[in-house]
Amino acid sequence: MSVAAPERTGAPPRRSRAYLSLIRALGLSWLRDRSQVFFNLILPGMFLVLLVSVYGSNATPTPEVLEVGEVPVLERAEPGDFELSGAADLDSALEAVADGDADAAVVQDGETVTVYYSQTDATAGVVALERLSGLVDDVNVAVLTEAAPDAPVLELVTDAAEDNSLQPVQYLAPGILAWGIAISGVFGAAGTIVDWKRDKLIRRLRLTPASAGTFVGARITVSLLVALLQTALFLAVAVAMGLRLSAWTWFAVPLVLLGTAMFLAIGVVLGGIAKTGPGAAGLSNMVTMPMAFISGAFFPLAAAPQWVQWLSALSPMRYLNEGLQKVVVSGASPAAVLPEVGILAAFAAVLALIAWKTFKFDEL
Amino acid sequence: MEAAIEVTDLQKTYRGRKTGEVRAVDGVSFRVEAGEFFGILGPNGAGKTTTLEIVEGLRRPDGGEVRLLGRSPWPHSPELSQRIGVQLQTSSFFEFLTAREQIETFAELYGAGRRRAAEMLDQVGLGDKAATRCQKLSGGQQQRLSLACALVGDPELVFLDEPTAALDPQARRNLWDLMRGINAEGRTVVLTTHYMEEAEALCDRVAIMDSGRILAVGSPAELIRGLDAPTRVTVAAGQLSEARVKELARDEAVAADESSVVFETREPRRLLTALAADGALEGLAVRTANLEDVFLQVTGREWRE
Repeated sequence: MSVAAPERTGAPPRRSRAYLSLIRALGLSWLRDRSQVFFNLILPGMFLVLLVSVYGSNATPTPEVLEVGEVPVLERAEPGDFELSGAADLDSALEAVADGDADAAVVQDGETVTVYYSQTDATAGVVALERLSGLVDDVNVAVLTEAAPDAPVLELVTDAAEDNSLQPVQYLAPGILAWGIAISGVFGAAGTIVDWKRDKLIRRLRLTPASAGTFVGARITVSLLVALLQTALFLAVAVAMGLRLSAWTWFAVPLVLLGTAMFLAIGVVLGGIAKTGPGAAGLSNMVTMPMAFISGAFFPLAAAPQWVQWLSALSPMRYLNEGLQKVVVSGASPAAVLPEVGILAAFAAVLALIAWKTFKFDEL
Repeated sequence: MEAAIEVTDLQKTYRGRKTGEVRAVDGVSFRVEAGEFFGILGPNGAGKTTTLEIVEGLRRPDGGEVRLLGRSPWPHSPELSQRIGVQLQTSSFFEFLTAREQIETFAELYGAGRRRAAEMLDQVGLGDKAATRCQKLSGGQQQRLSLACALVGDPELVFLDEPTAALDPQARRNLWDLMRGINAEGRTVVLTTHYMEEAEALCDRVAIMDSGRILAVGSPAELIRGLDAPTRVTVAAGQLSEARVKELARDEAVAADESSVVFETREPRRLLTALAADGALEGLAVRTANLEDVFLQVTGREWRE
């Protein structure tokens, strides 16, 4: 039998149009998945609020400072800066600091002021240090204006010092953001791959005039857009928690995009191994949780044991964390984070290659 | 006239760690004319889906050649895909999208507009389900939506891979009507199925497939006629004397038990006229050979669904 097929004039649409419709469809299905929205957009902010409250809120406590002997510099302290009390000698003062009964001990020997501060309560110790440091600077200025230019200048020596005086929100925000980027990338990609294996959507789309490449490109674009949305929301929460954004904060955009690409590649590898959704989630957890802990996402890496610090060099999340820390919090210029950008790009390239080589395309 | 599909000596072997080598497709050749409704009939695991996937261009054969509307389906070509509509065995939808959003997305991929999408939704009877999320549709509704997505690009050639599997009889009949309509619009249709009656009811020609090979090709009527099988005529027992049964059977086979008498005859008209004259038509059943018998003959084993 031969019935003439109807005459057709329809030409395949341009690739860009197919790409845009796929982004719309995938974006819409992402937005309607409440668990995704919670997991990616809300959870990191919740974590930040929670951890900042645990580590100490912005309304920092008045540090308890022990004055060992005479410390003339403290005479210039504003009332309320410190809760001052005297100590008999340095040893008993240090013991009190070690026990957490005091946050810092101060000794002045001529022009040298030495601060011993608590590491058990890092926040209060750091606050004490910061204020004492400010005090010494003030004294210097006062001395300089009163006396001759060559007048003795007080010098602050800190012991057992971490020289950063970061507020909790300042070191937590970049870390938790890096972790958030990691979980949305890894879980998102692994889950998507498992879904595709099950529903064969990619197979169906391969048979449309749009190519599989266009579809995969659209899916990656949606992930990148989600990461940017996630970053913006998270930073808004961080600002509400007292974070001051540096002028270079916008350079978080390339860092976040690069980090997302890298974590997507990890997710693709895991999704290739996993057979089911829960399997993919389990594997993703197995990778992201340890990575977060060795990358200084939830506590300053300097406070971690040496071996953790060595191990962290292997964790790509660490470089995202440090890069974000530098541009968002410390106000370093993009040039200063070029090493992080380079390392992230290298990780992304290697992981993408591994994903490409290990992936069984037949399963899709 | 150029054939819609021309397949020559396809070969595909799967190598699994546990299963070893499986020759899923083993020297398959067939030809489908433009406008034809062509069926590939066979039990599960016969190689139907693999054959279809190779023809569609989803898989590369180890050997052999496929011409689809005069071109090779591999590698992917947007121009060729534009002329083809596909329904896969599993309904593949974007999660969390409604039926309307689903078909509109597919319409855009084929360069068709929203009006065409809405028309297709109506044509498959899902106009009132447009705002329902795909995953909430029933099995039959999902298959119809999937069919609408296959047709939204106005294809010349449509592949349907077991569209009625796992549907209840009502939903199956419903889909049959739709499939007949698609073919009546002038589209070439290739259907795989493991339902004999489906192939018999819908297809102009059927290829019977088993263990990766095509064992017979022809129209259902041709294949059955080729069997030269007798017609089985059954009537309730007790209406005919033993002598009369023997007389009516002449020299052909007959079997009787306490409930029924079964004649196997090549002269059904003579037998039925005589039975009617005797007034012995109670419990009458006439069964001619069907594709099941063809399958039995070409494979040497019983059909199992």
